[in-house]
Amino acid sequence: MITIENLTKRYDSATVVDDVSLEIARHSITVIVGTSGSGKSTLLRMVNRLVEPSSGRVLLEGRDTRAEPAHLLRRRIGYVIQGYGLFPHRTVSENIATVPRLLNWDAARIRARVEELLRAFALEPADYAGKFPYQLSGGQQQRVGVARALAAEPAVLLMDEPFGALDPIIRAKAQDDLLDIHRRFGTTIVLVTHDMDEAFRLGDHVAVMSAGRVLQYDRPAALITRPADPLVSRMTGLSDRALRLLSLIPAGEAALPGEMPGDAAAGAEVASSATLRDVLSELLWRGVESARVLDADGRTLGHLTVTAILARGRP
Amino acid sequence: MKVRAATVLRIAALVLLLAFLFWPQRFAPLFAPLTQFGAPPIYDQGNLLTLALAQLATVLCATAASALVAVSLAVLVTRPSGAQFLPLSRTLVDIGQTFPPVAVLAVAVPLVGFGLKPTLIALFAYGLLPIFENSLAGLRSCPPAVLEAASGTGMTTGQRLRSVELPLAMPLILEGIRLSLVINVGTATIGSTVAAKGLGEVIIAGLLSNNTAFILQGALVTGLMAVLLYDALAGLERRFFVTTRLD
Repeated sequence: MITIENLTKRYDSATVVDDVSLEIARHSITVIVGTSGSGKSTLLRMVNRLVEPSSGRVLLEGRDTRAEPAHLLRRRIGYVIQGYGLFPHRTVSENIATVPRLLNWDAARIRARVEELLRAFALEPADYAGKFPYQLSGGQQQRVGVARALAAEPAVLLMDEPFGALDPIIRAKAQDDLLDIHRRFGTTIVLVTHDMDEAFRLGDHVAVMSAGRVLQYDRPAALITRPADPLVSRMTGLSDRALRLLSLIPAGEAALPGEMPGDAAAGAEVASSATLRDVLSELLWRGVESARVLDADGRTLGHLTVTAILARGRP
Repeated sequence: MKVRAATVLRIAALVLLLAFLFWPQRFAPLFAPLTQFGAPPIYDQGNLLTLALAQLATVLCATAASALVAVSLAVLVTRPSGAQFLPLSRTLVDIGQTFPPVAVLAVAVPLVGFGLKPTLIALFAYGLLPIFENSLAGLRSCPPAVLEAASGTGMTTGQRLRSVELPLAMPLILEGIRLSLVINVGTATIGSTVAAKGLGEVIIAGLLSNNTAFILQGALVTGLMAVLLYDALAGLERRFFVTTRLD
């Protein structure tokens, strides 16, 4: 989907992004994580050419992004930034309609798309379409920012610290919303963050960056079990790496077949979407050894025991 | 209540101004005590209404030209390619403001002759600075995130300027235009020294014939016009650009 080849960005003598190559799969969520100054934002901004690379190239669906004028390229790529950058003099619906208008969609199609997006982001059109950005809460502004980026149905969505300005509770909700939106629209998402928890929570693949280089680009679990660089394990955290690993596995995937051993009434019940970390915490709290795993309709999928969970928490 | 009192005052000022311009002779008894030796209390060498309108037209033309040039300059120097012209533009605009309009008239008359032209030149130069500085401040105060988002959505630089930067800078630009307009309503009276039509004529006639009534008439009409114009434009701005304010 997106191929980044030997991408380098130099400002005078400083090399901000140093020979980075990444292959980003269609419909995936790729998180680029790194400390400030690691070059992660610059790397992202070279994908939609807000920053022009010093050398190397980016292919979008096999086509060099320099093959068309930058503004036309950007209309095909959604872009969300920290602080959202909503246009303060335009209403919510005008903000969302920005790219469709640039693409000269007809009015009826724009209106239908704006309403669809407002509903998808739980912003009732009758209440919110005519509001101005300053009348919205931070969480609502964030959702309008994402809706605006998705308006013209881009195949790719670039997000630069999109949740950085939200408080922890709203941020967790926004992350869940993003996963929902991703399931719904199937957009390929590339997200930049400095927050390792966010990277683990959202990423199918995570690229860890430091000093302009990608130290490791892998599935989240592999960053913990097979760190390519001591800095990667420092960033993912050594003290809670077992728990972090458990937090990547949903209970439904790890469930053992059949009813749980012993007294059925004594065990806990957990949802299949809960992570093993949540299940372990629940077992500890209740002082029991095993739990029944239920699917969304309340049917028993299988069971989990402390021993089975512990076995998954090591490389 | 406060707002209402202000509105009443405004309307009263407007009515007074119009009444005086249309029926100046009715006010003769008021001005009579200021005259000596039976001089006429109301200016009688021209129609006050015509003079006031001529002055207003002169100011509007000059300010329109200043606005066009000053806003264009501000746009130019806020583009990356034009940033190097900022010091030069600022110097030019500063000279326009610091060079006294009377001196501009003195320089312009030998070049373009007497009448309206030198006055327009003087007012044009004098009006540049407030518009330029305000436009510059307005264009520079656009939040970086908004500009980044505008480029990120795929606007060309021209589209970004037209649909994001100028609308966001508009309240400040208008404020600059308003300021320059009001300053020039007063300054325009000096145009009469080089035979441009305007209320300066009335003041000069009063000075020459030692007639305080004339001086006062010219000054009051000019002052009222300036105050009312300032007020009306401020009201229009509030009405149209409430939502553009960045809270």
